[in-house]
Amino acid sequence: MRVLFFSFMLLMLSQTASATAKIEHWQTPQGSRVYYVRTEGLPMVDVQVLFDAGSARDGDKFGLAALTAGLLDTGAGDWNADQIAERFESVGANFGAASGIDYATVSLRTLTDKPLFDKALATMQMILGKPRFANADFEREKSRTLAGLKQQEESPGDLANIAFYQALYGKHPYAHPDSGTLQTVAALTRDDVQGFYQQYYVAANAVIVIVGDLSKAQAEQTAENLVKGLPVGEKPAALPDVPMPVEGGAQHIEFPSTQTHVLVGLPGTYRKDPDYFSLYVGNHILGGGSLVSKLFDEVREKRGLAYSAASAFIPMLKPGPFLINLQTRNDQTPEALKVLNKTLANFISQGPSETELTAAKQNITGGFAMRFDTNKELAGYVGMIGFYDMPLDYLDSFQQNIEKVTGASITDAFKRRVSLPLLQTVTVGKSAK
Amino acid sequence: MKHRILCTLLFCFPVLTSHASPHVAERILGNGLKVLVKEDHRSPVVVSQVWYKVGSSYEPGGITGISHMLEHMMFKGTDKHPVGEFSRIIAENGGDENAFTGRDYTAYFQTMAASKLAVSFELEADRMRHLHLLADELKKELEVVTEERRMRTEDNPQAKMSEQFSALAFTSSPYKNPIIGWPVDIANYQVDDLQAWYQRWYAPNNATLVVVGDVQTPDVFALAEQYFGGLQASELKPLKPQTESPQLGVRKMTVKVPAKLPSVVLGYKVPSLKTAEHEWEAYALEVLAGVLDGGSSARLSKELIRGKQLAVSAGAGYNFSSRLSDLFELEATPAEGKTVWELELELKKQVAQLQQQLINKDELQRIKAQVLANAVFERDSNFYQAMQLGMLETIGLGWQKADEYVAKINQVTAGQVREVARKYLLEDHLNIAYLEPQPINTATARKKAVK
Repeated sequence: MRVLFFSFMLLMLSQTASATAKIEHWQTPQGSRVYYVRTEGLPMVDVQVLFDAGSARDGDKFGLAALTAGLLDTGAGDWNADQIAERFESVGANFGAASGIDYATVSLRTLTDKPLFDKALATMQMILGKPRFANADFEREKSRTLAGLKQQEESPGDLANIAFYQALYGKHPYAHPDSGTLQTVAALTRDDVQGFYQQYYVAANAVIVIVGDLSKAQAEQTAENLVKGLPVGEKPAALPDVPMPVEGGAQHIEFPSTQTHVLVGLPGTYRKDPDYFSLYVGNHILGGGSLVSKLFDEVREKRGLAYSAASAFIPMLKPGPFLINLQTRNDQTPEALKVLNKTLANFISQGPSETELTAAKQNITGGFAMRFDTNKELAGYVGMIGFYDMPLDYLDSFQQNIEKVTGASITDAFKRRVSLPLLQTVTVGKSAK
Repeated sequence: MKHRILCTLLFCFPVLTSHASPHVAERILGNGLKVLVKEDHRSPVVVSQVWYKVGSSYEPGGITGISHMLEHMMFKGTDKHPVGEFSRIIAENGGDENAFTGRDYTAYFQTMAASKLAVSFELEADRMRHLHLLADELKKELEVVTEERRMRTEDNPQAKMSEQFSALAFTSSPYKNPIIGWPVDIANYQVDDLQAWYQRWYAPNNATLVVVGDVQTPDVFALAEQYFGGLQASELKPLKPQTESPQLGVRKMTVKVPAKLPSVVLGYKVPSLKTAEHEWEAYALEVLAGVLDGGSSARLSKELIRGKQLAVSAGAGYNFSSRLSDLFELEATPAEGKTVWELELELKKQVAQLQQQLINKDELQRIKAQVLANAVFERDSNFYQAMQLGMLETIGLGWQKADEYVAKINQVTAGQVREVARKYLLEDHLNIAYLEPQPINTATARKKAVK
């Protein structure tokens, strides 16, 4: 009785608070958390299952999470890769499985017409519960991953990113590239994949997102079916905290490109950070706005030094990177770096002007509805809310949270969180000699 | 198995009919501006796009890339709104904006709360006829575009190969030039060149305004009249045809760039929907592309990547909505121990098979199911819907082609697919490029001063 009453309350809350999108939340009998939004008008649905099984769970086998996700649809139950692909594509459905740093996502977009939907969902269910990880598939996908890793070495941008995460995170599980390295992927075995799957692809570690034209009853049934074949298992232990670098650093990688890729930053903010909205609005002014920001203005509009110059906080389970990036002709690198650092330093010492703050808030709140005006974007937000266990009214209270930010709260947050002496700088390109 | 597929198709049709695409309304203003409106009330937002009939395929030699350069300069101010104001005003109104240039179009867009549509109209109408082209701003923006070219092309082996490949494949067609322009042309634009280009092409009678979102059609027409109605039309000089001269035999090239993986690309000269002798040929080529590369169950993934394990990646592409005849491309990257020569042979075998044998019913049915589903999925995005209408209108086919697409694909038969393969995928009209990786020397790494 109490349980029932509680879920009733929860439902009421999410209903009253939601002018934007009504997110309903419950748990399957196996303990998977479900987040559901009904959208009408198009006979389609996005179904996603998120597992805390991203590259942060690789251990020392870098690339294991990505390879596991990539292998899921190469064989399941009685079906091989060809049959799985035919089952989805014969009903026009799109299926995907991929892993990022914090989590892996298994996703399906399908029509809701019953025979089509049923066939697509049954296929996804089999993939989640009975992947084969056959030897031949494992070897093939591994060598394709290795080819992809080789190709990364052609790209100064990719090399800069890899070095940047390494510089920021040292020995933390966020440090290594999510697709692994040539050495670590070469050493992976089929048993590694099987073991990773068994540990992390379990009901207790799954968050299910359903956005589209399904009734509540259909959504409940869908969620239940999806994880029916999974053992309950358990959630993995919390990730270690991210230590701040103890001193600043600069690293240059020599590369025969016409431009130098520049990345500057340090570990920044996490999803439940009390400073999050101040950092978010502040960054919007500094370099987050697409064609209007201080960095864009100083680097591109005033000096023509780069095509893109931007900054971002990437909030994750633990502090994800704060980063500023640009690409410039090799011999202009010292000048561009000077402008970048000066713009950042000025912003931290002076904070935003009232005009800038008002303009940023107007842009963010005025464009609020555009953040989730497609099912695809909405599903992205719902997945984020679910995986990071954010309040169900996150979207409803978003604009209020933006309005609460002040110039003082931005300056205060940036001063505490972006320590200039600890900045890590990575450059990849041909150095001017 | 066959039975199941048949059911699928039967169940697909009700989906199509009961959720038919919403109506597009068209009005042409007195000055020739064509306005298209599609209402979509799922969310209180609107996308507004202005499409100009000009792009890199309109450019003569010496000023390649000037359409793209002008796109950048369109943000540099007018009499009424000095440099920087356009983007500032859009941002303060909660809008998101940008622009893009292709071979056959230049387009500008804003996405806004639906109530803010007038803000976008006021600014777009203003810069359609009253742009300020200043030498100082051009000087800086030239550097920006040069950086853009370095980033997109110079330092990207695949992009570099693709640029070289187009230059090889086309002789008299302007599709031989890169959209962003050749470096020497970019370095030598003058304000006068841009002024002349702007004068020639930026006029209401050479543009289409597309609005999709939570709006009422009569209100949009009234707003369009209010803001764009007073703009002067131009006398448009006809564009030279610049059709491609017939290719007289296979062409091959090697592209040597610093890279880690080799690859091969094959391109056959084919018509687009605009240039096809019979319309169905273009739809049949579209299906043919789907047979080869319409997903993980399509032939290239199934046979080259998985079956024979010759390739780590493989793809095929057809540009259905090009203004001029284009290439049907097949490309692949060899698996470890395999060569580009083996892949070339295999890709040609795939083509020969399409010429000799009819595709099977399951394949055709799968493609039709995908097209049906995609027609629904696409409607999730206002932006995509507006893109489709704007592009079809701008290349001269008319937006109505968007509504016909699903039905026309459904009419394609296995025989027609074989027929276009026989008629157009000809050895004498084939172009081939091999990417031959050159060493990348990353040896010297100055090390960091951090713990």
